[in-house]
Amino acid sequence: MIWQLDLLILLMVVICAIATITIRDLLGAAIVFGAYSFLLCLLWAEMGAVDVAFTEATVGAGISTILFIAAIFRTTRRSKD
Amino acid sequence: MKSLQALAQNGGGDNLILQTTIRLTVPFIQLFGLYVIVHGHYSPGGGFQGGVLLGAAFILIALGYDLPTSKRYFPVRTNAILANSGALIFAGIATLCALLGGYFLDYSILTRLLPIDPIEWRSLGIFLVEVGVGLGVMCIMLSLYWDMASGGQMEEGL
Repeated sequence: MIWQLDLLILLMVVICAIATITIRDLLGAAIVFGAYSFLLCLLWAEMGAVDVAFTEATVGAGISTILFIAAIFRTTRRSKD
Repeated sequence: MKSLQALAQNGGGDNLILQTTIRLTVPFIQLFGLYVIVHGHYSPGGGFQGGVLLGAAFILIALGYDLPTSKRYFPVRTNAILANSGALIFAGIATLCALLGGYFLDYSILTRLLPIDPIEWRSLGIFLVEVGVGLGVMCIMLSLYWDMASGGQMEEGL
């Protein structure tokens, strides 16, 4: 519980969240969303919720990023309409 | 991204460094997943997280090589059988507790089956249920990826 570290990680989480919804490129947005999940996992581990942090690291940063990328590979670069 | 897509579709994505790294790291990921499941009841982690780790090891094989390779290591039929038996282990143990006269998921009543200390049965019961959860989650995560990457065809994909 070091509040300086908390504040730093929280700032980076907010930056990553804003970047995820701002980036136009789908693959880039998925990767930044993975970074967001991992920073959130760091924040939870730092706050003492190790079990939640573990779930976030495996599911949020691992599997959901892979599933997003697998879904993005089924799309095309430019929209048809 | 279009060139990446074309690369993934005509199988030109074979990368020696990537494949060697995956071949070296997959056993350690699986060992860590088993550790997380087995130590789930007195340390962070548990059946769900360990199952996700075990599934991620097979997803890594599918990502680095291709979909048929991961299906050779872990056939679709085995996947279906293990996923269903995982759910069966969880629900079976929970229902067995209820049938023996206790509450749903109250493992201490299982002492009527095998006479050891009820407190030890609580610890053992959590472990058995978490093995079931881990099996189910591993198979469902892998088949989610297979369906997602191949558009439901299960033949060609990432």
